[in-house]
Amino acid sequence: MKKQKFTKIISTAVPLNIENVDTDQIIPSRFLKVTTREGFGKNLFRDWRYDAAGKPNKKFVLNDPTYNGQILVAGRNFGCGSSREHAAWALVDYGFKAVISSFFADIFKSNALNNSFLPVQVSEKFLQHIFSFIRRNPKIKIEINLEKQSVTTEDKKEETFEINAYKKMTIMNGYDDIEYLRSMQKKTIKFEKRRVNDYSISF
Amino acid sequence: MRQAKTLFEKIWDAHVVMEEKNYPAIFYIDAQLIHEVTSPQAFTGLKNRGIGVFRTNRTWATADHNVPTKNQHLPIKELLSRKQVETLVKNCREFDIDLYGLGHPWQGIVHIIGPELGITKPGMTIVCGDSHTSTHGAFGALAFGIGTSEVEQVLATQTILQYKPETMKIEVNGKLKKGVVAKDVILYIISKLSSSGGTGYFVEYGGSTIRNLSMEARMTICNMSIEMGARGGMIAPDEITYKYMKGREFMPKGKDWQRALKYWQTLPSDPGAKYDRTEKFNASDIEPMITYGTNPGMGIKINDRIPKIKQQKSIANRNQLTKSLKYMGLKEGNKILGQKVDYVFFGSCTNSRIEDFRLAAKILKGKTKAANVQAFLVPGSTQVLKQAKKEGLDKVFADAGFELRGAGCSACLGMNEDKIPAGKYCVSTSNRNFEGRQGPGARTMLVSPLTAAATAINGFVTDPREFL
Repeated sequence: MKKQKFTKIISTAVPLNIENVDTDQIIPSRFLKVTTREGFGKNLFRDWRYDAAGKPNKKFVLNDPTYNGQILVAGRNFGCGSSREHAAWALVDYGFKAVISSFFADIFKSNALNNSFLPVQVSEKFLQHIFSFIRRNPKIKIEINLEKQSVTTEDKKEETFEINAYKKMTIMNGYDDIEYLRSMQKKTIKFEKRRVNDYSISF
Repeated sequence: MRQAKTLFEKIWDAHVVMEEKNYPAIFYIDAQLIHEVTSPQAFTGLKNRGIGVFRTNRTWATADHNVPTKNQHLPIKELLSRKQVETLVKNCREFDIDLYGLGHPWQGIVHIIGPELGITKPGMTIVCGDSHTSTHGAFGALAFGIGTSEVEQVLATQTILQYKPETMKIEVNGKLKKGVVAKDVILYIISKLSSSGGTGYFVEYGGSTIRNLSMEARMTICNMSIEMGARGGMIAPDEITYKYMKGREFMPKGKDWQRALKYWQTLPSDPGAKYDRTEKFNASDIEPMITYGTNPGMGIKINDRIPKIKQQKSIANRNQLTKSLKYMGLKEGNKILGQKVDYVFFGSCTNSRIEDFRLAAKILKGKTKAANVQAFLVPGSTQVLKQAKKEGLDKVFADAGFELRGAGCSACLGMNEDKIPAGKYCVSTSNRNFEGRQGPGARTMLVSPLTAAATAINGFVTDPREFL
């Protein structure tokens, strides 16, 4: 399966200065009933973005015309809670390509990477710098360079981030995990045959 | 001498198909549990690739998140929910997967039926597209929640790409006080470690308090591991585990049981095995717990006061508390005891097993709920419901003014018909108090089954010890 590949994102950013943003906020469960991966963007942050009557909440950053761009910047522990991959799909569908935070929940991080959506973890100090930088200059750009594993703000402040080498390679080249795992299937079958003490099934 | 290994390491090592430098391990999965919400896109992926499920005998399915808990014999009213459940039925038929869906005597919440049917066993690797998969860890299994892309990986290859997480031992020692149960223990631990304190770790729970818990109580503990960010939580198997398991539907029998038992007995962590981190707690410090905020780490002892904003260490914590209390309509520094409640919900993969219902019945017997409260109990499985009726608990609940419903995830997540209306307070035995979790605007307070029962009787937040 063909996947989108990229090495660099240069964009303005949207600041969401809230910690512990859970996946129920990113996409509430009542919107998880569709059976496709598309279309979740319109309900991204639904209950923060709109009031009960469906009117846009002007105070919420996605409704603030001052800010836009392909990069979301969020407080620490982004993506905690439910394992719903729909959260990553919603962010991608809305048009985001990366989220910068000082800490990510585990399952969200894998889900994001599996959709070539970059969870970029920076220090709390650099995150706060980015927040104040965007507040002062909403139209100024941030560069995320996957190859160099770096985040740079236009005032030349830079920090590197970690990403596992395998995921970096698959995202840069648009490779697919399942094709890789299927290419290893002979090894899996061998493993099944040589196993001892497997009491998991067949009784 | 052989290197001392933890329970986690023993299971991990036994399931690595291949591990190369700079690559994640190709990790074998013994069983995948699927449900209607996180599987359809994975099946579509298989169809697009023109491939089938690699090991259908290692895949089990049920419908739980979308199912109504009233009139389960009728077609699901909500169109999208019905379509999603029907898609699961179709996919299971097309890909030859056993489905215990609506109408099946084994139907129920995925994490309730796994252990109940004996699918869950020590030493296994188990995944499910649901973060509460950690529940199965109570049996000494390595179980964790995954996303839909990974569901597809496992369906297609029975393997998953994984990096080895760090390990954390959480020890709780001593005797629990009267009125304190497993739910209080885990809410207490999360309140101490915070909702992100376990991120990056796989937890093993131990210590005398944990060892003395029943299997169902251990499941409550492991279930909420994800609420402190941990990918999974596990407890070494012991006699309590084997006694619970023996004779269940998918358990080995006779000589096979003996052989399996011998292996399972080798699984507990070796003396001297090392963990990346250790945390210790005393059972005597734990009281009945309740959450006041909008993540499971925001919990206090039921007699304590809600924390004050200016006492928070960081600006971020002050902002979080301010935002949470505004959403909850609660005031800093106030007591939570006596807070008026509109709904009481018993259920979810955390607390919907027969022992939870027995706890509730212990307090509710011969009493009635307050008039201002709507109270309902949702069993985790059709078998739990059957057992509750067999024990006459249905009468206790009916006399107390409670509705006993059919099995499902119900009001834990506001995805099916069971929702808490905006602005209403719900004391709930479930696992998440996020904004809108139980329905847009719903205000959730997480508690044990005992505290939920006591609160239902008075109509306001009540210390369960008042009734014990």
